[in-house]
Amino acid sequence: MDVTTGWYLVLGALLFIIGGVGLLIRRNPLVMLMCVELMLNGVNLTFVAFSRRLGDIAGQTVVFFVLVVAAAEVVVGLGLIVSIMRRRPDVTADDLKLLKG
Amino acid sequence: MVAQNIIFGFIASIVALSAFRTVTTRNIVHAALYLVAVLAGLGALYVMLTAEFVATTQFLVYIGAVMVLFLFGIMLTRAPLGHLDDLTGKQWPVALGVATTLGAVLIYALVDAFHAAELPTDPVIYRTADVGDSVFSTYLIPFEAVSVLLLAALIGAVVLARKD
Repeated sequence: MDVTTGWYLVLGALLFIIGGVGLLIRRNPLVMLMCVELMLNGVNLTFVAFSRRLGDIAGQTVVFFVLVVAAAEVVVGLGLIVSIMRRRPDVTADDLKLLKG
Repeated sequence: MVAQNIIFGFIASIVALSAFRTVTTRNIVHAALYLVAVLAGLGALYVMLTAEFVATTQFLVYIGAVMVLFLFGIMLTRAPLGHLDDLTGKQWPVALGVATTLGAVLIYALVDAFHAAELPTDPVIYRTADVGDSVFSTYLIPFEAVSVLLLAALIGAVVLARKD
């Protein structure tokens, strides 16, 4: 039995779900951003697996765009978290109920 | 092909275990380092899928840039280091239920549809030049949009992080 497309897709789905659970249960904003990265990487693996299966380069190109958007997301997210935590060092995501400080 | 199966199983188990530890460990720095293991394993899988450009950018951008950014973020926020007991919220049983349902549906659907979908034994190998051709011809407008997005993120980060 050889490695089929399904194995890669299941691994991608597993990463997506683990990342989603992490996003729901973790309370530290930094760790929540890491969980978003996990989810994005699960999707990337799915794109590349389909690109290989169908012989279509679009999958790899889309991964490039996902990468750029992920980088932008991390930059802005970390900027927000750093500026929030500078005022309240031990804040968790549950405490950030108000958009106005 | 047997060697490929063994390597896939080895890397996939490392990736799955590290991902699990990322969301269960009680130490923020450990979570970041487990995430590095996940990203490196995925880079290896991209090599197995003959996606050289994606594998290279995975190592350069994700492990090289994004993870360093994360570790800097941990240092700059003076996030509480060491063992944290309250890193997991109280709503975890609900989250587990949601995840089990989603996982069952998703994995059943994928296994049902693709368990016998063989990867082509003689694949079309796309080099980095082919990805570049694709980005600058078919996907030129998305590429321009994404470059504006990066500029916006850059300015946004400067505005957010500036002391005033």
